[in-house]
Amino acid sequence: MTAQRLGWWVSRAPELEEDVALANIGLDQLGQARGLYAVVTDLEGLGRTEDDLAYLRDAPDFRNVLLVERPQADFAVCVVRMLLLAAWQSEVYAVLAAREGPARGVAAKAVKEVAYHLDHAAQWVLRLGDGTELSHERAQAALDAEWPYLPELLEPDPAAAVDPAALRDAVLGRVRPVLDEATLVVPGLPADPPTGGRAGRHTEHLAALLAEMQQVARAHPGAAW
Amino acid sequence: MTTRAEWPLWEVFVRARRGMAHVHVGSLHAPDAEMALRNARDVYTRRQEGVSLWVVPATAVVASTPDLQGAFFEPAADKDYRHPTHYSVPEGVDHL
Amino acid sequence: MEPATDRSATVEPRDPMPDGYRRTLVRQIAQHAHSEIIGMQPEGEWIARAPSLRRKAILMAKVQDEAGHGLYLYAAAETLGTPREELLDALHTGRQKYSSIFNYPTLTWADVGAIGWLVDGAAIVNQVPLCRCSYGPYARAMVRICKEESFHQRQGFEILHTLSHGTPAQKAMAQDAVDRFWWPSLMMFGPPDADSPNTVQSMAWGIKRFTNDELRQRFVDIAVPQAEALGLTLPDPELRWNEERGHWDFGTPDFAELAEVVAGRGPCNAQRLAHRVRAHEDGAWVREAAAAYAAKRAARTPTREPAA
Repeated sequence: MTAQRLGWWVSRAPELEEDVALANIGLDQLGQARGLYAVVTDLEGLGRTEDDLAYLRDAPDFRNVLLVERPQADFAVCVVRMLLLAAWQSEVYAVLAAREGPARGVAAKAVKEVAYHLDHAAQWVLRLGDGTELSHERAQAALDAEWPYLPELLEPDPAAAVDPAALRDAVLGRVRPVLDEATLVVPGLPADPPTGGRAGRHTEHLAALLAEMQQVARAHPGAAW
Repeated sequence: MTTRAEWPLWEVFVRARRGMAHVHVGSLHAPDAEMALRNARDVYTRRQEGVSLWVVPATAVVASTPDLQGAFFEPAADKDYRHPTHYSVPEGVDHL
Repeated sequence: MEPATDRSATVEPRDPMPDGYRRTLVRQIAQHAHSEIIGMQPEGEWIARAPSLRRKAILMAKVQDEAGHGLYLYAAAETLGTPREELLDALHTGRQKYSSIFNYPTLTWADVGAIGWLVDGAAIVNQVPLCRCSYGPYARAMVRICKEESFHQRQGFEILHTLSHGTPAQKAMAQDAVDRFWWPSLMMFGPPDADSPNTVQSMAWGIKRFTNDELRQRFVDIAVPQAEALGLTLPDPELRWNEERGHWDFGTPDFAELAEVVAGRGPCNAQRLAHRVRAHEDGAWVREAAAAYAAKRAARTPTREPAA
């Protein structure tokens, strides 16, 4: 999802250097997705491929968190969301990389990649938050919009390979200092923050995203590309 | 405060491998040194071209000018005694 | 100026050079840079719809390269004293052009293949000689670009090869894309030599190494056997091997159409420019924010960290 959303930015970034940077991050995220799909298809042993999982499933079959499927046509949203996601990914991948398991290889590589994403996002959140009045406003609005989607990333799931709830303090420990230095105000959380992605209950944006992403592949069933 | 929206130009130097010098590879625009370094990483090393980067504000480079070329570089031309090939060594003398 | 008589000498930024040389170079390098960044659009729109994850990664890396290439070229132009901001403004206001080819629409996935194979193929034929052009920074940028672009054409060829050996619908899609992109690709080399008044001067200056028609012929000679390997036909009934010349004879591109597209009346000119201008304007507040932050920081910490 993140790679799909970042792909949109290539040719639309604020400066050419940033087109290149966002594409790099998108490619890392796509690489991680492919690595994880390979682990999954291997484990299930049904002969399915990464493309079967990406292109032939419908929205309710996807288990991604809501944070990443929503549109991000605003640069402030793009970098604030990247900060939250990369903080969380840094912790998840660190745990997976530190112990035996099928995802260890993917995680070990991803740890370095998301460290860069986290840094890139932090640099930008600082510049937008502590830049001009306008950029501060937009960064704050982006944070207000994205923050409610963070709790879903940290919901307890004792059955998961990494229980997200255990990462809560570490994730917040990465995010809060950046927001503080960027002079942004951490918003309060709604009593009932949005959730459901991991159970296949998504926002309406996912179906639209998939309709675009899957259209060519599905128009030619069984074809090779 | 007034700020120019156009970011300054930075010159980028990449060390391709350990043991080699940093070599100028090109330039880019960035708002400040931290971003310049990061942009240099994204723009100039995405095919594993380097293990270390320098970025230098383009305005900080002091260069010799072509009209000084004669005064600067030509006086060295007739001083071939600085080169080992200037000297004759008798047959059979090694390691010299 | 030396290079006019001595083709082996390279001109560097601080060397004296005739105004005409400088102007021609800025125009050519800028146009080349603009082509790279406008060229991100027709393919960029297919990143979201790439039919496999592998193709998505390849395409994203390719469009990213185009941004990088635009960036290298703007940097080369800047060594001649024209800042990027000014060049972008010239693009946005239509005072400088970009390659006519990017004003054609990408209608199907196969177009991504056709662009890689034909458009990048034509670009490579154009660009390889520029690695030896007389202006140092331009030549060095081109060396880097040509090295990076070698995968662009191959991935396009591979897409078309896969399609033409796939289902009948895929093959038809591939043939249709080649039918639409063949002639515009030939037009990429510019008007015929007889109508290209600047060619002689540019060649004397070493900014151009071969004429438009020479490069066009070279491209056709390379493309014909590749089309055969793809199992696709090129839409030119006049295409035949000329034993005597040792080259392929081919029909005449519709240069009136080229003139129209260059004049801004191609199928997608307005759309491409609007996309580019919107991205630039939408990014203004971000660029300003970063500049403001840098200024604040500089005011707070007067000393710079030393390089290690």
